[in-house]
Amino acid sequence: MAPELVFSPELSRQLELWVGAFLTLMIFSFLYKDNPFYKFAEHLFVGVSAAYWMVQGFWGTLMPNLFGKLYPPMVRFAIPQVADQPPDPYKLIPLVFGIFLLMRLIPPVAVTARLAMGLVIGFAAGTNLTRYLQSDFVAQIDHTMMPMVAFHPDGSFALGASFNNLVLVTGVLAGLIYFFFSAEHKGLFGKASRYGIWVLMVAFGAAFGYTVMARISLLTGRMSFLGEWIRSIFS
Amino acid sequence: MASGLAKLGNLDRRIIYLLIALAVVIPLLLKLVFPSITTPIVQNIFDEVEALPPRSKVLLTADYGPSTVPENQPMLEAVARHCLHKGLRLYVATIWATGPPMIENMSENVIQRDFPDIVQGTEWVNLGYKAGNQGVINSAYSDFHNAFPTDARGNAVGSIPMMAEIKRLEDFDLIVAIGSGFPGVKEWIQFGGDPSGVPVAGGVTAVEAPLLYPYYPGQLLGLMGGLQGAAEYEAALVTAYPQFEETSTQAIQNMGPQTVAHLLIITFILVGNIAYFAAGREKPRLGVNR
Repeated sequence: MAPELVFSPELSRQLELWVGAFLTLMIFSFLYKDNPFYKFAEHLFVGVSAAYWMVQGFWGTLMPNLFGKLYPPMVRFAIPQVADQPPDPYKLIPLVFGIFLLMRLIPPVAVTARLAMGLVIGFAAGTNLTRYLQSDFVAQIDHTMMPMVAFHPDGSFALGASFNNLVLVTGVLAGLIYFFFSAEHKGLFGKASRYGIWVLMVAFGAAFGYTVMARISLLTGRMSFLGEWIRSIFS
Repeated sequence: MASGLAKLGNLDRRIIYLLIALAVVIPLLLKLVFPSITTPIVQNIFDEVEALPPRSKVLLTADYGPSTVPENQPMLEAVARHCLHKGLRLYVATIWATGPPMIENMSENVIQRDFPDIVQGTEWVNLGYKAGNQGVINSAYSDFHNAFPTDARGNAVGSIPMMAEIKRLEDFDLIVAIGSGFPGVKEWIQFGGDPSGVPVAGGVTAVEAPLLYPYYPGQLLGLMGGLQGAAEYEAALVTAYPQFEETSTQAIQNMGPQTVAHLLIITFILVGNIAYFAAGREKPRLGVNR
């Protein structure tokens, strides 16, 4: 009988710290130059990610949503709470379409995969079209229709809100004019287009600034982790 | 002088990396903390949670993975801490496969540490991960139990007491979506908040924040953008409830290195531009040498 390997929580945490710290340092080593340590960590990450998604797909999706619904007693060993639920024969439809997707690997019947792909694309397009149209088109236009002269609830003139609305409305219009190519960009139209470029540049600048902030945040997170690792060595 | 400045344009990039690392490590070692002031876009979220009566139902989602933990985790933990302290019922879920460990971490850091007496199933529930991206939200809109048939431990949601009042997405009083990409806050607005009318608040990585500002304030109650947004929420929380000063200042502390690194990067941009123009006066050149 093989001996049982048991890790205490403290030992598990130490192991996690050491593995994480070495992999972090291996990835950081790329900043100096490309090297085998970096390559190893990179490939390990890809492999572990693929395995994680596969395991999640099987235990998190196929088991509870397909096998557990088709024949609940089948999943009693893993999800006993749903083992006594009544079976749902309609789940045979996604099972058949799932098998169709795998048929891509068998050339004589590969055409059946198109049926499944058609269903996936059709469902996604249909669902997304209506929601995007409502939330990203109609609602966005609605929220761009702002009063140029805004007032406080007590009836006094709201300078800040009026300025904000003016910038928002003119910025949107100028940005749209910049991308309108059916008229020559000269005269007043050209000036509006020029203002549109400035609006776009400010938007790109804000996006760049936020991106820098995100990267520094992640670096801070890794440095904190390395600090925890170093403290654990000396504690 | 001009040639000296021009040489800066050819500075080895590894020196820049080293300086950035020092700009992050030194403030971390010195525990440098700057004051965080909560802006209206974050304060709105705090005020909404604050105004909800006890036992209100809040859906909190963790749609991100380990790669954005420094930005997203403080948001998740601060909102969870606030909701539980106010006596709200917390429903935690994720539509990202990498989300479950994030919820586990939140459970360890917030629930086990600050609220050890609350009971899972009556005051908070971990609904776990459900595959299907925005399809899950779409399904939850009309039949929540169909979208989330079991909790993270495999219990049928019908057997969970606090799920009895939840039939559809519109039964929630507030949705707080913490995310870092697709599917995330945008999908919770499009497929959750907009059709159901439930207010949606968001917490996203800094990279994603500019893409979500257009939804505020019409479709988005408030937005925590990156680490700064998380720090602002924590600042509002510890100002109102100083007892959380020990446990809920993770983002505020990380804003120290962030500020110093930003100052350094601004300096790089200024010096780089000066060097570029100095080199241009001596000898016209196209682009950068590296």
